[in-house]
Amino acid sequence: MASIGKITGVNGNLIRVAFEGAVAQNEVAYAKLPSGIQLKSEVIRIRGDYAELQVFEDTTGLKAGDDVEFTGDLLSVELGPGLLGQVFDGLQNPLPRLAEECGFFLQRGKYLCALERDTKWAFTPVAKVGDKLTAGDTLGTVPEGIFKHRIMVPFKVRSSVTVEKIMPAGNYTVEDVIAVLKDADGRTVEAKIMQTWPVKIPIKQYAERLFPSEPMVTQQRIIDTFFPVSRGGTYCIPGPFGAGKTVLQQLTSRYADVDIVILAACGERAGEVVETLREFPELNDPRTGKSLMERTLIICNTSSMPVAAREASVYTGVTLAEYYRQMGLNVLLLADSTSRWAQALREMSGRLEEIPGEEAFPAYLESVIASFYERGGVVRLKDGSIGSVTIGGSVSPAGGNFEEPVTQATLKVVGAFHGLSRERSDQRRFPAINPMDSWSKYEGIINAQKVQEARHILAMGIDVNQMMKVVGEEGTSMEDFVTYLKSEYLDSVYLQQDAYHEIDAACSGERQKYLFDKVYQILKTAMTFKEKENARGFFLKLTQITKDWNRVEFQSKEFKELEEQIFKSVAEVATNA
Amino acid sequence: MHKVYHRIERIAGSVITVKAEGVAYQELAQVTSPQGVSLARVIRIDKEMVDLQVFAGARGISTDSQVRFIGKPMEIPFSDSLLGRVFTGSGVPRDNGPLIEENPIAIGGPSVNPAKRIIPRHMVRTGIPMIDVFNTLVVSQKLPIFSIAGEPYNQLLARIALQAEVDVIVLGGMGLKHDDYLYLRNFLEKNGALSRSVMFVHTASDPIVECLLVPDAALAVAEQFAINGKNVLVLLTDMTNFADAMKEIAITMEQIPSNRGYPGDLYSQLASRYEKAVDFDTAGSITILAVTTMPGDDVTHPVPDNTGYITEGQFYLRKGRIEPFGSLSRLKQQVNGSTRSDHRTIMNTMIQLYASFKETVEKQSMGFRMTAWDQKLLRYGVRFEKEMMDLSVNIPLEKALDLGWIILSDCFEPEETGIPSKMINEYWPKKG
Repeated sequence: MASIGKITGVNGNLIRVAFEGAVAQNEVAYAKLPSGIQLKSEVIRIRGDYAELQVFEDTTGLKAGDDVEFTGDLLSVELGPGLLGQVFDGLQNPLPRLAEECGFFLQRGKYLCALERDTKWAFTPVAKVGDKLTAGDTLGTVPEGIFKHRIMVPFKVRSSVTVEKIMPAGNYTVEDVIAVLKDADGRTVEAKIMQTWPVKIPIKQYAERLFPSEPMVTQQRIIDTFFPVSRGGTYCIPGPFGAGKTVLQQLTSRYADVDIVILAACGERAGEVVETLREFPELNDPRTGKSLMERTLIICNTSSMPVAAREASVYTGVTLAEYYRQMGLNVLLLADSTSRWAQALREMSGRLEEIPGEEAFPAYLESVIASFYERGGVVRLKDGSIGSVTIGGSVSPAGGNFEEPVTQATLKVVGAFHGLSRERSDQRRFPAINPMDSWSKYEGIINAQKVQEARHILAMGIDVNQMMKVVGEEGTSMEDFVTYLKSEYLDSVYLQQDAYHEIDAACSGERQKYLFDKVYQILKTAMTFKEKENARGFFLKLTQITKDWNRVEFQSKEFKELEEQIFKSVAEVATNA
Repeated sequence: MHKVYHRIERIAGSVITVKAEGVAYQELAQVTSPQGVSLARVIRIDKEMVDLQVFAGARGISTDSQVRFIGKPMEIPFSDSLLGRVFTGSGVPRDNGPLIEENPIAIGGPSVNPAKRIIPRHMVRTGIPMIDVFNTLVVSQKLPIFSIAGEPYNQLLARIALQAEVDVIVLGGMGLKHDDYLYLRNFLEKNGALSRSVMFVHTASDPIVECLLVPDAALAVAEQFAINGKNVLVLLTDMTNFADAMKEIAITMEQIPSNRGYPGDLYSQLASRYEKAVDFDTAGSITILAVTTMPGDDVTHPVPDNTGYITEGQFYLRKGRIEPFGSLSRLKQQVNGSTRSDHRTIMNTMIQLYASFKETVEKQSMGFRMTAWDQKLLRYGVRFEKEMMDLSVNIPLEKALDLGWIILSDCFEPEETGIPSKMINEYWPKKG
């Protein structure tokens, strides 16, 4: 039933194919080189009797007249146990196994199965013969690292099915049939441990979508306190190069309070992925004590890898995230960077000679970005458990200018905006999230009213600083000057965090609440100084001790001592009412 | 066996179109015209219409010129006899040496499997304190030198080529002024470094298509050397010319431009070149230093902007010096902890004091009175610029660190520098 075709045109990674029979949009096809190598491609436009396909590989050597074989399937991923801890490319080829087979370089036309075919998994049945089930319901479980991996009724099943047969507990490979189901029309469906799902279609086998209200603690104070993200929420991190997007994403992937983290390195430097690849297996997840790699999955399509596969990689990432969400887990998908993905769309659109929108991005850019972020969310599954997909996308705007189409299209659909600023990163203020421009619609872990007041002090401090540049320190009133110092204090000891310090790199929710309370108290204390010089000196010292305070174990002896020292010195300058 | 075509349908810029059958994408062809013979490569196939990019340019090609397809994509010869030689982007000797044809390798090959990469851990010593001490170059790093026209960036590259401790140097010149090309070649030759160098040079007067081939040819050769266990330094100058050549071809091909006329795939094109930088697990390495001139000194121009997102830091070359503030080597943390125990201290202290010096200079220019501390800073700044920042300074890292301590101790008291006392006890020069 699958169709065949012949190449009539080649333009970069776009081929034009004259076909016979039926061809579906987004169907996968293989273009055959004379040498026998087959190049994976995807149908992206059909016009009359020819289709246009994007090839996921270098097209060198393809000729007019070469054969193309259509598969009848949409671009899909394999879902099943054994995904966690893996490193895939954008098309779900396992990179370490590719390296074993092909050596240093990625060979084109070489595709491997995502899931190992001969690994045996210890299956425990949950469903019983005669049970009436629907797509996504649990048939049984297998242990995968620290998780109970649910084996579910294939998502493709439309109607409700009856369990005819279910295998007893035992060891099975991913291709073994573990249940036979019969649908309403009497057709039998065989359920295996693994299943496949097309990446561009959201998995929707849940009861209902819920409002994201539970905060996802990232242990970065500026995020959790000022610009929080909820589980099932979406956020974006735009910033110019060198502003620390990737460092921030790496820290989030380490410390975020979720079950599973999926990193989609999309069109960025290979070196950054390598750091994660080599370091994560060594690091321990503080929540479980196991290696961080056991809860991490990496999709890696770096900038020099084929562009079309880059476009696929974000979809691969989000589909895998949705799959684990179906097991009642909280999943965080970090995409770095969505601009590269948008550029891949732009390259394709240019080759298709579509009428360009702003900056030559295609006119459908906004709707594509929106439908991607909309795949995040909290859901109540059919069995009542709750699962979520949180999506954090970094954006790399050209020239660091947020007015460009990708940033603007993203801002419309996300729930939080963490804008990085060149100015702050030049001043080595990490994380370089601009506290004035950024925003979040989610509820955080700290009283919103107090956060608002703290932000107000920051804003006033910035105003005073601007003014001081014109009128000088002499022309500034003492009151304004102290406000300015307080805002700088809040900035240095609360907004900023030392990413390389073992304790300060991550600040737990509990500690944040405690620290915020204390800092808030200091901000609210009226202070009197004789000279501006005294005020400056006092705050310099206070900042220093508070920073030391951040660097010691929470509630340790030193912690208590430093706290005492801080409040003693504050009491000395407090205005006596 | 290969068919010869005699009718050219269309000529625009350096792109010609012929009606031909059985032609593969990226295949090479020989185009014979009254102007001579040139290679060309297939860049688009639309039914029987085949677009070819003519390396020598389309000038003088007539509608009845001959086109003969060769049946293979662009290749470049590779052997140790490349060392000491100069070629054009298409691999034709520029010097008077013999043509090399052995062991052809494909250019623009596949990318390295990220699972085979390792975290970089060795520094490249250059003998230039502003690099070695302050922004250490690391094996497998890719770093651009952001500069503007008129700055001595080629002189800097030549010095690095001469002094860097690597096995092989591959130099790719794009849109070079002929004088610059001669300068680079003569400099390497005079100092005896030509014998470990391979040069691929496109000068401003050469056909534009050859400019596109230079980085690919240079990196393909570098990759072969690296696989054979050599540590290779690739120097590219100037990547802005490369990007402009891409722009020119894209516009001729009637592609829709994205930003200031540059094609939409500028990022991918630059990245696929820069990402060739690698440290192989069990073989050699490739380190890339590339000059990117910023039109109008504007870092938000598409070429430097896209480059910044790709590379691991950048050097700013301004007023003949490597600027200490904007410049950044993102990988320096990987190596500068294990060089000498005072490396990071000297790096941070000297830069902080230099920043204070800059503030003082500003104050001075506004006519403020100079305090004793300001005077010290002024004295320090002048010495720092002369003895550390000047590009002609050539001393190994250890000597540079020693020199740092001498300058500091000549200008300041130990406690004024904010250096931890443990370091002071160990390194502060004893007077007398």
